[in-house]
Amino acid sequence: METNQLILLEQFCASHGIEMAFIQTLEEFGLVNLQTVENKHYLAENELSNTEKFLRLHFDLNINVEGIDVVASLLQRIEQLQLELTAAKNRLRLFE
Amino acid sequence: MEFIDYYKTLGLPKTATESDIKAAYRKLVRKFHPDLNPNDKDAEKKFKAVNEANEVLSDPEKRKKYDKHGKDWQHADEIEKNQQQQNQRRNPGRPSDSEEFSGDFSDFFESMFGAGNARTGRQTKFKGQDISAELQLNLEDVYQSQKQTLTVNGKNIRLTIPAGVENGQTIKIANHGSPGVNGGPNGDLYLTFSIAEHPKFKREGGNLYASVDLDLYTALLGGELMVETFDGKVKLKVAPDTQPGAKAKLKGKGFPIYKKEGQFGDLYMTYQVKLPRNLTAKEKELFAELAKIRNHGN
Repeated sequence: METNQLILLEQFCASHGIEMAFIQTLEEFGLVNLQTVENKHYLAENELSNTEKFLRLHFDLNINVEGIDVVASLLQRIEQLQLELTAAKNRLRLFE
Repeated sequence: MEFIDYYKTLGLPKTATESDIKAAYRKLVRKFHPDLNPNDKDAEKKFKAVNEANEVLSDPEKRKKYDKHGKDWQHADEIEKNQQQQNQRRNPGRPSDSEEFSGDFSDFFESMFGAGNARTGRQTKFKGQDISAELQLNLEDVYQSQKQTLTVNGKNIRLTIPAGVENGQTIKIANHGSPGVNGGPNGDLYLTFSIAEHPKFKREGGNLYASVDLDLYTALLGGELMVETFDGKVKLKVAPDTQPGAKAKLKGKGFPIYKKEGQFGDLYMTYQVKLPRNLTAKEKELFAELAKIRNHGN
C-alpha cells in the first residue's frame, strides 16, 4: 500500500491527544490493523472511521478495550441482521 | 416553548446528589450514544436530551438557577437576556456563541442559559449529527452504475450509485453529515435506496422473475418465442409438452450483482399458457376428436 493512503500513527495520536499504547492495545485485540513501513506505524485510511469510533466509545463512555471488542462484534451482528431483514423484506415483495 | 424536566430526562428525583446525576448520565449516555445506535433518530434525540440535562444538572450554578426558576423559566429568560445584553456591551466584537452552536440544545435550554454557556464547562468532542436521507429510484436506475449529484443539507454531494443496489439498502457516506462539535468529527450521511416495483420484473437479489404468455400450440408442440429481458429481447426455445406455470431459466440475464462487476443473476420466466377463445366450428370438431383420442386412446 502506498504511504499516501496511510496515516502516521504518531500524527493520529497527537491530533487526538492519546497515547500510542492505546492504539496498540486495540491492535492486540484485533480491532484495528496497523501497518509498518520502514519501522514506522501507520493506520490505513479506511480504518480511520472505526478507530475514531473506538476512541469515542473509550473516552466518552469509559468503555474498556474488552468492552469495545464486545460492542464492535455486536454492532457487526446488528448490521448483518439488518441486511438479512432487508433481503427478507425484498423476498416478501415477490409474493405481494 | 415547552418546559423540560431535566430530572425526569435523567430519571432522577429533585433530591438527587451529584453522584446520582453522574451515574444516571453515564448510564443513559451509554444507552443512547450514536455510535451504539447507528441510524436511529430516536436514540439520537434522547442522547441530545440527556446531554442537555447533564449540562444543567451537573453544574451546581446552573442547577441552582434551574431549580429556582423551574416552571417560571420565562423570568429566567428575561434575566438572562439582560445579562447577555450587558455582556454584548462588554464584548461588542465577539459573535454570540448561540450562532455557533444553534441547534445542539433545545429552545428551552437556550432561553435559560444561552447556547454558548453550554460549552464553557466540559469541552467534550462530539461527532456531528448523522443525517439520513432516502433516494427514490426506479429499477432501471440501478441496472448500471451511475453518477448522481444530491443536495443534502444545502450541500451538493457527487456520488456513484453502484449497479445492483437493493431496495431498502443503506450506504454510509462518511463525513458528509453535520459538522462535529468542539472539533469532533463530522457526522455521516446514511443514504437509503427506495426502489419502486417494476411492472414486469420482480427482483430478488441478482435474480429477476417475469411471466411470459404461451399459446396452447407452442406449449404442446414446442417452438421459439421472443421474450423481453432487462437489456433487450432474446430468443427462447420452448420444449414440447410445456406445462402452465413451468419455469425457464435464462442464465446471466438477471440483474447485476452488487459490487461484483460483470456478474449477473438469472432471469426466470414463468409460462402462462393461454387457451384459445372463440373457437370456430372446425376447431371445436378437431378438439372433440382430440378429446376422444385422449379418452379412448385411438
